Amino acid sequence: MDALIINPFIVATKNVLSTMAFIDSKPGKPFLKKDNAARGDVTGIIGITGDANGTIAVTFEELSILKIVSNMFGEEMTELNNEIADAVGELTNMISGQARKELAEVGKVFEGAIPSVVMGKDHSIIHITNGPKVAIPFGTEAGNFTIEVCFDR
Amino acid sequence: MDMSMRILVVDDFATMRRIMKNILKQLGFTNISEADDGSTALEQLKSSKFDMIICDWNMPKMTGIELLKTMKADDDLKNIPFLMVTAEAQKQNVIEAVQAGVSNYVVKPFTAEVIGDKLKRVFG
Repeated sequence: MDALIINPFIVATKNVLSTMAFIDSKPGKPFLKKDNAARGDVTGIIGITGDANGTIAVTFEELSILKIVSNMFGEEMTELNNEIADAVGELTNMISGQARKELAEVGKVFEGAIPSVVMGKDHSIIHITNGPKVAIPFGTEAGNFTIEVCFDR
Repeated sequence: MDMSMRILVVDDFATMRRIMKNILKQLGFTNISEADDGSTALEQLKSSKFDMIICDWNMPKMTGIELLKTMKADDDLKNIPFLMVTAEAQKQNVIEAVQAGVSNYVVKPFTAEVIGDKLKRVFG
């Protein structure tokens, strides 16, 4: 998969979290993910179609998403619940939109679907398209999260 | 700007409605209602008076752009200022919204300052 497709998702993720949740996130080294196990406890996933077809998943460890949503709402969130799931959906939506804007500027036009959210310990993330799954781990002061990008070409 | 103006916040994500309501309260607005998609917003618009719409683009049933176009075709609703707040940031989206008569356009993610600035421009 082209790094040109991956980088906008890294930039968008950092931008969305710093603007909406005032949280600095640091990307680690991207790696090819071979299994379906989620690295986090709550995952937002969104289909993207256009120049290539694929899915983007953003999976958060519990502590990291509690801190992120607490900052977004201006009140402390203490457990994974429907409010957290809704927030993860919206974060995924914003990351998708920001990344697609950047990709459109280099001539790669994509459309995004409405995101879905899965929550719970030890869940799986199954990307429907049959391409390599590139995972990018991120660290924050409150915990970690990972984005997964999978396109058919 | 009249801080008691009646504002309708339309977004299918409760998170975004909550964030927007918090920001509007921070900015001093006191009269804020919400709807979870374009069709429920339209019902509210037909049953009571609003001074401003702040609306997402991508929503089930009726999207933000469909709501905008419907309002512009309705003599009773066409003059209500409409701020589109959306993750859809590509040029063709902005052009479509401008052609449909949007008052202004905010791309998610955004800060409270951006929302305040856009509202000032709409009512300035």
